[in-house]
Amino acid sequence: MKKYECTVCGYIYDPAIGDPDHGIKPGTAFENIPNDWVCPDCGVGKSDFKVLN
Amino acid sequence: MRKIKNDVYWVGYIDWDLRNFHGYDTPHGSTYNAYLILDEKPTLIDSVKHYGADEMIRRIKQVIDPSKIQYIISNHTEMDHSGSIDVLLKHCPNAQVVCSPKGEEGLSRHFKKNWNFKVVNTGDTLDIGKRKLTFMLMPMVHWPDSMATYSAEDKILFPNDAFGQHYASTERFADEIGVGLAYDEAAKYYANIVLPFGSQVLKALEGASKMDFDMICPSHGMIWRGKEQITGLVQRYVKWANYESDAQVCITYDSMWHSTEAMAKRFYEVIDMAGIPVKLMNLQTSHMSDVVTDVLKSKVVLFGTSMLNNRMLPTVGALMMYLKGLKPKNRFALSFGSYGWSMVGFKELETSIQDAGFELLGEGKYIRFIPDQDELAKLDSILPLIQAKLAAK
Repeated sequence: MKKYECTVCGYIYDPAIGDPDHGIKPGTAFENIPNDWVCPDCGVGKSDFKVLN
Repeated sequence: MRKIKNDVYWVGYIDWDLRNFHGYDTPHGSTYNAYLILDEKPTLIDSVKHYGADEMIRRIKQVIDPSKIQYIISNHTEMDHSGSIDVLLKHCPNAQVVCSPKGEEGLSRHFKKNWNFKVVNTGDTLDIGKRKLTFMLMPMVHWPDSMATYSAEDKILFPNDAFGQHYASTERFADEIGVGLAYDEAAKYYANIVLPFGSQVLKALEGASKMDFDMICPSHGMIWRGKEQITGLVQRYVKWANYESDAQVCITYDSMWHSTEAMAKRFYEVIDMAGIPVKLMNLQTSHMSDVVTDVLKSKVVLFGTSMLNNRMLPTVGALMMYLKGLKPKNRFALSFGSYGWSMVGFKELETSIQDAGFELLGEGKYIRFIPDQDELAKLDSILPLIQAKLAAK
Protein backbone atom coordinates (compact mmCIF):
# COMPACT_ATOMS: atom_id res chain seq x y z
CA MET A 1 0.00 0.00 0.00
CA LYS A 2 1.28 3.43 -0.93
CA LYS A 3 1.86 6.41 1.30
CA TYR A 4 0.23 9.70 0.32
CA GLU A 5 1.40 13.22 1.02
CA CYS A 6 -0.80 16.27 1.60
CA THR A 7 0.29 18.83 -0.99
CA VAL A 8 -0.90 21.70 1.20
CA CYS A 9 0.89 21.02 4.48
CA GLY A 10 3.17 18.03 3.94
CA TYR A 11 1.32 15.57 6.21
CA ILE A 12 2.06 11.99 5.17
CA TYR A 13 -0.68 9.37 5.31
CA ASP A 14 0.89 6.02 6.12
CA PRO A 15 -1.60 3.16 5.63
CA ALA A 16 0.29 1.07 8.20
CA ILE A 17 -0.57 3.69 10.83
CA GLY A 18 -3.91 4.93 9.45
CA ASP A 19 -5.50 7.87 11.27
CA PRO A 20 -7.04 6.21 14.33
CA ASP A 21 -7.89 9.57 15.95
CA HIS A 22 -10.33 10.12 13.10
CA GLY A 23 -11.67 6.61 12.70
CA ILE A 24 -9.22 5.32 10.07
CA LYS A 25 -7.86 1.99 11.26
CA PRO A 26 -4.23 0.92 10.70
CA GLY A 27 -4.01 -1.05 7.47
CA THR A 28 -6.49 1.13 5.56
CA ALA A 29 -5.35 1.92 2.01
CA PHE A 30 -5.64 5.59 1.07
CA GLU A 31 -8.15 4.66 -1.66
CA ASN A 32 -10.43 3.09 0.96
CA ILE A 33 -10.59 6.12 3.26
CA PRO A 34 -14.09 7.68 3.15
CA ASN A 35 -14.34 10.70 0.87
CA ASP A 36 -15.34 13.03 3.70
CA TRP A 37 -12.04 12.41 5.53
CA VAL A 38 -9.80 15.48 5.74
CA CYS A 39 -6.10 15.98 6.42
CA PRO A 40 -5.71 15.81 10.22
CA ASP A 41 -3.16 18.65 10.16
CA CYS A 42 -4.55 21.25 7.77
CA GLY A 43 -8.10 20.13 6.96
CA VAL A 44 -8.03 19.78 3.15
CA GLY A 45 -9.74 16.88 1.36
CA LYS A 46 -8.39 13.70 -0.23
CA SER A 47 -8.09 15.36 -3.64
CA ASP A 48 -5.21 17.49 -2.30
CA PHE A 49 -3.11 14.37 -1.64
CA LYS A 50 -0.63 12.79 -4.04
CA VAL A 51 1.24 9.50 -4.01
CA LEU A 52 4.52 9.76 -2.13
CA ASN A 53 7.38 8.44 -4.22
CA MET B 1 15.28 51.77 13.40
CA ARG B 2 17.60 49.77 15.59
CA LYS B 3 20.88 48.10 14.68
CA ILE B 4 20.78 44.52 15.95
CA LYS B 5 24.04 43.22 14.45
CA ASN B 6 26.58 44.60 11.99
CA ASP B 7 24.61 45.65 8.90
CA VAL B 8 21.38 44.12 10.23
CA TYR B 9 18.61 46.51 11.28
CA TRP B 10 15.14 46.16 12.82
CA VAL B 11 12.81 48.34 10.74
CA GLY B 12 9.37 47.10 11.84
CA TYR B 13 6.14 48.66 13.03
CA ILE B 14 5.01 48.93 16.65
CA ASP B 15 1.24 48.47 17.00
CA TRP B 16 0.61 50.27 20.29
CA ASP B 17 -3.17 50.25 19.68
CA LEU B 18 -3.72 46.54 19.04
CA ARG B 19 -5.99 44.98 21.68
CA ASN B 20 -7.55 42.14 19.71
CA PHE B 21 -5.65 39.99 17.22
CA HIS B 22 -8.46 37.99 15.57
CA GLY B 23 -9.85 37.16 18.99
CA TYR B 24 -6.49 36.83 20.78
CA ASP B 25 -6.49 39.39 23.60
CA THR B 26 -3.38 41.57 23.24
CA PRO B 27 -3.37 43.97 26.22
CA HIS B 28 0.22 45.02 25.48
CA GLY B 29 -0.23 45.57 21.73
CA SER B 30 2.19 43.92 19.32
CA THR B 31 4.94 44.52 16.81
CA TYR B 32 5.37 43.38 13.22
CA ASN B 33 9.08 42.97 12.83
CA ALA B 34 10.87 43.62 9.56
CA TYR B 35 14.63 43.23 9.24
CA LEU B 36 16.92 44.95 6.78
CA ILE B 37 20.28 43.41 5.85
CA LEU B 38 22.80 45.69 4.16
CA ASP B 39 24.94 43.82 1.65
CA GLU B 40 25.71 44.11 -2.06
CA LYS B 41 22.04 43.26 -2.62
CA PRO B 42 20.19 44.87 0.29
CA THR B 43 17.46 42.54 1.53
CA LEU B 44 14.34 43.03 3.64
CA ILE B 45 13.14 40.03 5.65
CA ASP B 46 9.43 40.08 6.56
CA SER B 47 7.33 43.23 6.50
CA VAL B 48 4.34 44.70 8.33
CA LYS B 49 0.57 45.14 8.39
CA HIS B 50 -0.81 47.48 5.73
CA TYR B 51 -1.36 50.35 8.15
CA GLY B 52 2.26 50.15 9.33
CA ALA B 53 3.79 50.63 5.88
CA ASP B 54 4.66 54.33 6.34
CA GLU B 55 6.37 53.73 9.66
CA MET B 56 8.40 50.82 8.24
CA ILE B 57 9.46 52.86 5.20
CA ARG B 58 10.42 55.76 7.48
CA ARG B 59 12.67 53.39 9.43
CA ILE B 60 14.16 51.88 6.25
CA LYS B 61 14.99 55.40 5.00
CA GLN B 62 17.02 56.00 8.17
CA VAL B 63 19.36 53.26 6.92
CA ILE B 64 19.18 53.18 3.13
CA ASP B 65 17.37 54.50 0.07
CA PRO B 66 14.53 51.93 -0.28
CA SER B 67 15.00 51.81 -4.06
CA LYS B 68 18.30 50.01 -3.43
CA ILE B 69 16.54 47.00 -1.89
CA GLN B 70 16.91 43.98 -4.19
CA TYR B 71 14.96 41.32 -2.32
CA ILE B 72 11.87 41.32 -0.10
CA ILE B 73 11.64 37.97 1.63
CA SER B 74 8.11 37.01 2.61
CA ASN B 75 8.48 34.18 5.11
CA HIS B 76 4.71 34.08 5.66
CA THR B 77 1.73 35.18 3.57
CA GLU B 78 -0.55 36.27 6.42
CA MET B 79 -1.32 39.95 6.04
CA ASP B 80 0.22 41.11 9.31
CA HIS B 81 3.57 40.30 7.67
CA SER B 82 2.83 40.80 3.99
CA GLY B 83 0.01 43.35 3.89
CA SER B 84 2.34 46.20 2.99
CA ILE B 85 4.28 44.49 0.18
CA ASP B 86 2.27 46.32 -2.52
CA VAL B 87 3.12 49.71 -0.98
CA LEU B 88 6.68 48.59 -0.35
CA LEU B 89 7.18 47.64 -4.01
CA LYS B 90 6.36 51.22 -5.03
CA HIS B 91 9.28 52.40 -2.88
CA CYS B 92 11.47 49.44 -3.89
CA PRO B 93 10.86 49.10 -7.66
CA ASN B 94 14.03 47.03 -8.07
CA ALA B 95 13.05 44.41 -5.50
CA GLN B 96 11.98 40.85 -6.17
CA VAL B 97 9.61 39.09 -3.74
CA VAL B 98 11.06 35.84 -2.39
CA CYS B 99 8.66 33.26 -0.96
CA SER B 100 7.81 29.56 -0.69
CA PRO B 101 5.69 27.79 -3.37
CA LYS B 102 2.62 28.09 -1.12
CA GLY B 103 3.62 31.68 -0.43
CA GLU B 104 3.41 32.44 -4.15
CA GLU B 105 -0.11 30.97 -4.26
CA GLY B 106 -1.19 32.85 -1.14
CA LEU B 107 0.28 36.24 -2.07
CA SER B 108 -1.22 35.95 -5.56
CA ARG B 109 -4.65 35.26 -4.01
CA HIS B 110 -4.30 38.20 -1.63
CA PHE B 111 -2.95 40.87 -3.96
CA LYS B 112 -4.28 39.58 -7.33
CA LYS B 113 -0.96 40.61 -8.87
CA ASN B 114 1.47 38.48 -10.78
CA TRP B 115 4.65 39.77 -9.20
CA ASN B 116 7.91 38.36 -10.43
CA PHE B 117 8.25 35.97 -7.50
CA LYS B 118 11.43 34.14 -6.70
CA VAL B 119 10.16 30.84 -5.33
CA VAL B 120 12.42 28.96 -2.92
CA ASN B 121 12.38 25.56 -1.24
CA THR B 122 14.15 24.00 1.73
CA GLY B 123 17.91 24.17 1.29
CA ASP B 124 17.81 26.81 -1.46
CA THR B 125 20.18 29.72 -0.99
CA LEU B 126 20.12 33.35 -2.01
CA ASP B 127 23.42 35.09 -2.65
CA ILE B 128 23.16 38.72 -1.51
CA GLY B 129 26.89 39.54 -1.50
CA LYS B 130 29.00 38.58 1.48
CA ARG B 131 26.07 36.57 2.75
CA LYS B 132 24.29 33.52 1.48
CA LEU B 133 20.79 33.25 2.97
CA THR B 134 19.33 29.74 3.36
CA PHE B 135 15.63 28.86 3.41
CA MET B 136 13.74 26.17 5.29
CA LEU B 137 10.07 25.50 4.60
CA MET B 138 8.04 25.05 7.79
CA PRO B 139 4.60 23.94 6.59
CA MET B 140 1.93 24.48 9.27
CA VAL B 141 4.20 26.47 11.56
CA HIS B 142 1.72 27.89 11.32
CA TRP B 143 0.35 28.12 7.72
CA PRO B 144 1.16 25.92 4.70
CA ASP B 145 3.33 28.75 3.27
CA SER B 146 5.42 29.41 6.40
CA MET B 147 9.20 29.31 6.07
CA ALA B 148 12.32 30.45 7.91
CA THR B 149 15.32 32.36 6.58
CA TYR B 150 18.77 31.72 8.00
CA SER B 151 21.86 33.87 7.72
CA ALA B 152 24.91 31.76 8.59
CA GLU B 153 27.21 34.78 8.29
CA ASP B 154 25.19 36.73 10.87
CA LYS B 155 24.29 33.64 12.92
CA ILE B 156 20.66 34.75 12.87
CA LEU B 157 17.51 32.68 12.37
CA PHE B 158 14.44 34.53 11.05
CA PRO B 159 11.61 32.05 11.83
CA ASN B 160 8.72 34.48 11.30
CA ASP B 161 5.81 33.66 13.68
CA ALA B 162 7.62 30.83 15.47
CA PHE B 163 9.09 32.08 18.79
CA GLY B 164 7.04 35.30 18.47
CA GLN B 165 5.07 37.15 21.15
CA HIS B 166 2.45 39.87 20.99
CA TYR B 167 4.17 42.61 22.93
CA ALA B 168 4.69 46.25 22.01
CA SER B 169 7.70 47.89 23.61
CA THR B 170 10.30 50.57 23.08
CA GLU B 171 12.81 47.73 23.58
CA ARG B 172 13.73 45.14 20.98
CA PHE B 173 15.45 42.36 22.93
CA ALA B 174 13.87 39.87 25.35
CA ASP B 175 16.42 40.63 28.06
CA GLU B 176 15.54 44.32 27.89
CA ILE B 177 11.95 43.68 29.05
CA GLY B 178 12.90 40.68 31.22
CA VAL B 179 13.31 37.19 29.78
CA GLY B 180 10.66 35.74 32.12
CA LEU B 181 8.03 38.12 30.76
CA ALA B 182 9.09 37.33 27.19
CA TYR B 183 8.83 33.56 27.88
CA ASP B 184 5.32 34.09 29.34
CA GLU B 185 4.24 35.98 26.24
CA ALA B 186 5.83 33.30 24.03
CA ALA B 187 3.74 30.71 25.90
CA LYS B 188 0.55 32.65 25.26
CA TYR B 189 1.51 33.00 21.61
CA TYR B 190 2.26 29.28 21.31
CA ALA B 191 -1.03 28.32 23.00
CA ASN B 192 -3.13 30.56 20.76
CA ILE B 193 -1.32 30.20 17.42
CA VAL B 194 0.99 27.19 17.30
CA LEU B 195 -0.58 24.57 19.61
CA PRO B 196 -2.24 22.38 16.92
CA PHE B 197 1.06 21.84 15.10
CA GLY B 198 3.29 19.94 17.55
CA SER B 199 4.66 17.41 15.05
CA GLN B 200 5.46 20.13 12.49
CA VAL B 201 7.18 22.24 15.18
CA LEU B 202 9.38 19.27 16.08
CA LYS B 203 10.30 18.84 12.40
CA ALA B 204 11.20 22.54 12.11
CA LEU B 205 13.24 22.40 15.33
CA GLU B 206 15.14 19.42 13.94
CA GLY B 207 15.97 21.45 10.82
CA ALA B 208 17.00 24.44 12.92
CA SER B 209 19.23 22.27 15.12
CA LYS B 210 21.59 21.90 12.15
CA MET B 211 22.03 25.68 11.97
CA ASP B 212 24.45 27.69 14.07
CA PHE B 213 22.79 30.84 15.41
CA ASP B 214 23.02 33.04 18.48
CA MET B 215 20.05 35.24 17.65
CA ILE B 216 16.41 34.50 16.80
CA CYS B 217 14.52 37.31 15.10
CA PRO B 218 10.80 36.49 15.11
CA SER B 219 8.14 38.50 13.32
CA HIS B 220 6.34 39.59 16.52
CA GLY B 221 7.69 41.00 19.75
CA MET B 222 11.13 40.66 21.24
CA ILE B 223 14.32 39.33 19.66
CA TRP B 224 16.07 36.46 21.47
CA ARG B 225 19.84 36.53 21.85
CA GLY B 226 22.53 34.46 23.55
CA LYS B 227 22.82 30.75 24.16
CA GLU B 228 21.07 30.66 27.52
CA GLN B 229 17.99 32.57 26.35
CA ILE B 230 17.70 30.57 23.15
CA THR B 231 18.19 27.21 24.86
CA GLY B 232 15.47 28.06 27.38
CA LEU B 233 13.13 29.05 24.57
CA VAL B 234 13.81 25.96 22.45
CA GLN B 235 13.34 23.71 25.50
CA ARG B 236 9.93 25.25 26.05
CA TYR B 237 8.97 24.74 22.40
CA VAL B 238 10.11 21.08 22.55
CA LYS B 239 8.01 20.55 25.68
CA TRP B 240 4.91 22.19 24.21
CA ALA B 241 5.30 20.46 20.84
CA ASN B 242 5.43 17.11 22.66
CA TYR B 243 2.20 18.12 24.44
CA GLU B 244 3.85 17.92 27.85
CA SER B 245 2.37 19.98 30.67
CA ASP B 246 2.96 20.70 34.34
CA ALA B 247 1.41 19.07 37.41
CA GLN B 248 -1.15 21.83 37.78
CA VAL B 249 -4.87 22.32 37.38
CA CYS B 250 -6.95 24.96 35.63
CA ILE B 251 -10.61 25.38 36.61
CA THR B 252 -12.55 27.40 34.05
CA TYR B 253 -16.27 28.08 34.18
CA ASP B 254 -19.15 30.45 33.74
CA SER B 255 -22.09 30.68 36.11
CA MET B 256 -25.61 32.18 35.97
CA TRP B 257 -26.68 32.27 39.62
CA HIS B 258 -23.45 31.41 41.48
CA SER B 259 -24.16 27.66 41.87
CA THR B 260 -21.62 26.54 39.26
CA GLU B 261 -19.30 29.15 40.76
CA ALA B 262 -19.78 27.57 44.22
CA MET B 263 -18.80 24.19 42.74
CA ALA B 264 -15.74 25.71 41.03
CA LYS B 265 -14.66 27.28 44.30
CA ARG B 266 -15.10 24.01 46.17
CA PHE B 267 -12.88 22.25 43.63
CA TYR B 268 -10.40 25.11 43.94
CA GLU B 269 -10.34 24.81 47.72
CA VAL B 270 -9.83 21.06 47.86
CA ILE B 271 -7.12 21.07 45.16
CA ASP B 272 -5.35 24.07 46.67
CA MET B 273 -5.46 22.52 50.16
CA ALA B 274 -3.76 19.42 48.71
CA GLY B 275 -0.82 21.64 47.70
CA ILE B 276 -1.46 21.38 43.96
CA PRO B 277 -0.98 24.55 41.88
CA VAL B 278 -4.48 25.48 40.69
CA LYS B 279 -5.99 28.46 38.87
CA LEU B 280 -9.58 29.63 38.89
CA MET B 281 -10.59 31.24 35.60
CA ASN B 282 -14.08 32.66 35.42
CA LEU B 283 -14.92 33.20 31.75
CA GLN B 284 -16.70 36.44 32.66
CA THR B 285 -13.37 37.91 33.77
CA SER B 286 -10.65 35.76 32.14
CA HIS B 287 -10.22 36.05 28.39
CA MET B 288 -10.43 32.83 26.39
CA SER B 289 -6.92 33.42 25.02
CA ASP B 290 -5.57 33.47 28.59
CA VAL B 291 -7.54 30.36 29.51
CA VAL B 292 -5.95 28.39 26.64
CA THR B 293 -2.52 29.58 27.84
CA ASP B 294 -3.28 27.88 31.14
CA VAL B 295 -4.59 24.83 29.33
CA LEU B 296 -1.13 24.66 27.68
CA LYS B 297 0.48 24.54 31.12
CA SER B 298 -2.02 22.30 32.94
CA LYS B 299 -2.25 18.51 32.97
CA VAL B 300 -5.84 18.68 34.26
CA VAL B 301 -8.61 21.10 33.29
CA LEU B 302 -12.07 21.31 34.86
CA PHE B 303 -14.80 22.83 32.68
CA GLY B 304 -17.94 24.18 34.38
CA THR B 305 -21.16 25.65 33.07
CA SER B 306 -24.71 26.35 34.11
CA MET B 307 -27.53 25.18 31.83
CA LEU B 308 -29.04 27.99 29.80
CA ASN B 309 -31.94 26.93 27.56
CA ASN B 310 -30.66 23.35 27.98
CA ARG B 311 -27.27 24.30 26.59
CA MET B 312 -23.87 25.23 27.98
CA LEU B 313 -23.33 28.96 28.38
CA PRO B 314 -22.10 30.67 25.17
CA THR B 315 -18.79 31.63 26.79
CA VAL B 316 -18.09 27.96 27.52
CA GLY B 317 -19.31 26.95 24.05
CA ALA B 318 -16.93 29.43 22.43
CA LEU B 319 -14.01 28.17 24.52
CA MET B 320 -14.79 24.57 23.55
CA MET B 321 -14.94 25.46 19.84
CA TYR B 322 -11.60 27.28 20.17
CA LEU B 323 -10.05 24.26 21.92
CA LYS B 324 -11.42 21.88 19.29
CA GLY B 325 -9.24 23.71 16.75
CA LEU B 326 -6.22 24.04 19.04
CA LYS B 327 -6.30 20.29 19.74
CA PRO B 328 -4.41 20.00 23.04
CA LYS B 329 -3.29 16.42 23.70
CA ASN B 330 -2.17 14.37 26.73
CA ARG B 331 -4.46 16.21 29.11
CA PHE B 332 -7.35 15.22 31.34
CA ALA B 333 -10.59 17.00 31.99
CA LEU B 334 -13.84 16.86 33.93
CA SER B 335 -17.12 18.66 33.38
CA PHE B 336 -19.26 20.09 36.13
CA GLY B 337 -22.12 22.49 36.67
CA SER B 338 -25.50 23.35 38.07
CA TYR B 339 -28.80 22.75 36.29
CA GLY B 340 -32.50 23.28 36.92
CA TRP B 341 -34.26 20.50 35.03
CA SER B 342 -32.53 19.36 31.83
CA MET B 343 -28.99 18.02 31.67
CA VAL B 344 -28.65 17.63 27.89
CA GLY B 345 -26.15 20.47 27.64
CA PHE B 346 -23.75 18.60 29.91
CA LYS B 347 -23.65 15.73 27.42
CA GLU B 348 -22.71 18.27 24.77
CA LEU B 349 -19.97 19.63 27.02
CA GLU B 350 -18.57 16.14 27.64
CA THR B 351 -18.57 15.49 23.89
CA SER B 352 -16.88 18.86 23.25
CA ILE B 353 -14.20 18.06 25.83
CA GLN B 354 -13.43 14.79 24.07
CA ASP B 355 -13.60 16.37 20.62
CA ALA B 356 -10.93 18.83 21.77
CA GLY B 357 -8.66 15.89 22.59
CA PHE B 358 -8.99 15.63 26.38
CA GLU B 359 -9.46 12.34 28.15
CA LEU B 360 -12.31 12.45 30.71
CA LEU B 361 -11.10 12.02 34.28
CA GLY B 362 -14.38 10.48 35.30
CA GLU B 363 -18.10 11.16 35.34
CA GLY B 364 -19.11 14.80 35.33
CA LYS B 365 -20.31 16.40 38.57
CA TYR B 366 -23.74 17.97 38.23
CA ILE B 367 -25.97 19.43 40.97
CA ARG B 368 -29.60 20.55 40.71
CA PHE B 369 -30.16 24.25 41.45
CA ILE B 370 -28.22 25.30 44.57
CA PRO B 371 -25.69 22.85 46.01
CA ASP B 372 -25.97 22.14 49.76
CA GLN B 373 -23.00 21.46 52.03
CA ASP B 374 -23.25 17.67 51.69
CA GLU B 375 -23.31 17.92 47.92
CA LEU B 376 -20.32 20.24 47.90
CA ALA B 377 -18.42 17.87 50.20
CA LYS B 378 -19.04 15.02 47.76
CA LEU B 379 -17.17 16.99 45.07
CA ASP B 380 -13.96 16.37 47.03
CA SER B 381 -13.97 12.84 45.61
CA ILE B 382 -12.30 14.14 42.44
CA LEU B 383 -9.05 14.89 44.32
CA PRO B 384 -7.57 11.35 44.20
CA LEU B 385 -8.43 11.13 40.49
CA ILE B 386 -6.51 14.35 39.86
CA GLN B 387 -3.61 13.32 42.08
CA ALA B 388 -3.27 10.02 40.22
CA LYS B 389 -3.05 11.80 36.85
CA LEU B 390 -0.60 14.41 38.10
CA ALA B 391 1.63 11.74 39.64
CA ALA B 392 1.73 9.65 36.43
CA LYS B 393 4.40 10.55 33.90
